[in-house]
Amino acid sequence: MNIFFHLGRYFFLLWRVLRVPEKWASFRKELVREIWDIGVSSMGIVIFISTFVGAVVALQLAFNIQDSPFLPNWYIGYGTRQSLVLEFSPTMISLVLAGKVGSSISSNIGTMRSSEQIDALEVMGVNSAQFLILPKIIASIFFNPFLIVLSLAAGIAGGLLAGPLTGLWTITEYIDGATLDFKPYSFTYAMIKTIIFAFVIATVSSYQGYFTKGGSLDVGKSSTQAVVYSSITIIILNFVLTQALL
Amino acid sequence: MITVEQITKGFASKEVLKGISASFKEGLTNLVIGQSGSGKTVFIKCMVGLHEIDGGSISYDGRRLDEMNYSTRKELRQEIGMVFQGGALFDSMTIEENVMFPLNMFSSMNFSEKMDRVNFCLRRVNLENVNHLRPAEVSGGMQKRVAIARAIVMEPKYLFCDEPNSGLDPQTAIVIDNLIQEITQEFEITTVINTHDMNSVMEIGQHIVFIKEGLKAWEGTNEELVESGNEDVSNFVFSSNLMRKIRKNIQ
Repeated sequence: MNIFFHLGRYFFLLWRVLRVPEKWASFRKELVREIWDIGVSSMGIVIFISTFVGAVVALQLAFNIQDSPFLPNWYIGYGTRQSLVLEFSPTMISLVLAGKVGSSISSNIGTMRSSEQIDALEVMGVNSAQFLILPKIIASIFFNPFLIVLSLAAGIAGGLLAGPLTGLWTITEYIDGATLDFKPYSFTYAMIKTIIFAFVIATVSSYQGYFTKGGSLDVGKSSTQAVVYSSITIIILNFVLTQALL
Repeated sequence: MITVEQITKGFASKEVLKGISASFKEGLTNLVIGQSGSGKTVFIKCMVGLHEIDGGSISYDGRRLDEMNYSTRKELRQEIGMVFQGGALFDSMTIEENVMFPLNMFSSMNFSEKMDRVNFCLRRVNLENVNHLRPAEVSGGMQKRVAIARAIVMEPKYLFCDEPNSGLDPQTAIVIDNLIQEITQEFEITTVINTHDMNSVMEIGQHIVFIKEGLKAWEGTNEELVESGNEDVSNFVFSSNLMRKIRKNIQ
C-alpha cells in the first residue's frame, strides 16, 4: 500500500507542477539559476569521470583483444565509442547526476520545507510546487543532453589519449575505429534515455524534498532517499527503454 | 474581522483542535496563547489555509475560506501577510529581493515603484542599508523585521504572526511586539499573533484567546487576564517567578 500512496502523491505533485508558470519573469530568473546550479556546475565532474572511464574502457578492450589474431586495434576505438554512446554516458553519467544533482535538489527543497519557506510561498498564494520544481525539471531536461554530449566527447578523447600514453594503439587506429559504421540512431537512443532519466532525477528528488517532515536529520534522510530512488528508477527504466528502443 | 466557528482538526488518530470558536477584530492585536502542544500553531495554520480543517468554518469578513476554490483562495491570500516563527526568509535571495518577492509575483508595478514600496517597508521596520545582504548575514531580530516588511509589502488586510519573538532577547522582543502593534493600528489590519511569551501578552495583548488541549479555555484582554479566575489561565500566566512577584505586589 505504501508504494501506491507514494505513487499517487508523486503524480498529484506532478499535476501541480506541470502548469503554465504564474509569472514568466520570475520563472525565467529561476530557470537561469537552476541551469547554473544543476547543469553548469556539473560539467567539471562529468568531464573528469568520462575522460578516465573512456581511457579505462579502451584499455580493457585492448587487454581483451591483445591475444586475438582476428581483432585489429581499430576495434578499440569502435568498442569504446559504442560503450560510451549506448551505455556509459546516458546511464552511468545519469546515475552520477542522480547522486550529485538529486541530493542537491532534495536537500534544497527539504530545507525550504523544514524552515517553513514553502509555507511562506503558499500563504502568499504562490503555487510552491510549480515555482520550485518546474524550473528544475526544465533545466535538467534541457541541460542533461548537453552534459551527455560532453561526456561522450570527453570519454572518446580519454580513450584516444590512453593509446599514445601506454603505447598499446595508435591515434590513427583509434580514430579509424571510432568513426567506423556510426549509426545515428545510437545517438538518438542515448538522448531519449538521457531526457527520461533527467526527468526522473528532477522529479523524484523534488518529491523527496517537498514532502520532508522534521528537521535537518530528516532533510539528510530525504536526500539519501532521493539518490537511492532516482538510481533504482533509472536502472529499471534503462532495461525497459533498451528493450523498447533497440 | 476573522471569525472561526467550531473548527476541528486532527492528524491520524490525534484530534488537535476540538471545536474552537473565536472572533478577531481589525485594528487590534489579537493573541492566541497557550502552552506548547496546546494546538496554537495548528490553529493559526488552519486559519491561513495551510491545514485543511476537518469541521467548522473560517470567515474573512464574511468570505468562507473553507468553501473557497483554488483561485478564490489565491486572491484572498494576497490580502494575508504572515510572519513565521523562524522568519522563513528565502536564503537564496537578498533582503531586498525577499521583500520584493510578493510584488514580483502579484503586482503590476514597474521596478521603480516596487523599489519605492520595498524601501518604504524596510524603513517602516527600521531597517536601512541592508538591502543587498542575505538573510544569513543579519541578526535574528533583523530577520524578523525583514519578515514583517515582507508580510506588509502587499498592504495586507490580515496579518498572522507565529511566535514572532521566539529566539529573541527580551529587549528585541519588545521592539518587535511594539512594531507589530504600531503596524496593526496604523494600517487597520486584523492581526493574530500566536505566542506563549508573557511579556508579549502583557505588552500588546488587546484581545487574548487562551487555548488548552485544543479547546478555547478563556477569552479577554491582558488587563482581565491577571484576574481571570480561570485556574488554567492562572497556572499559565503565573508559571514564572517574575509573574508571581508581580501578582504579589499587586495584591
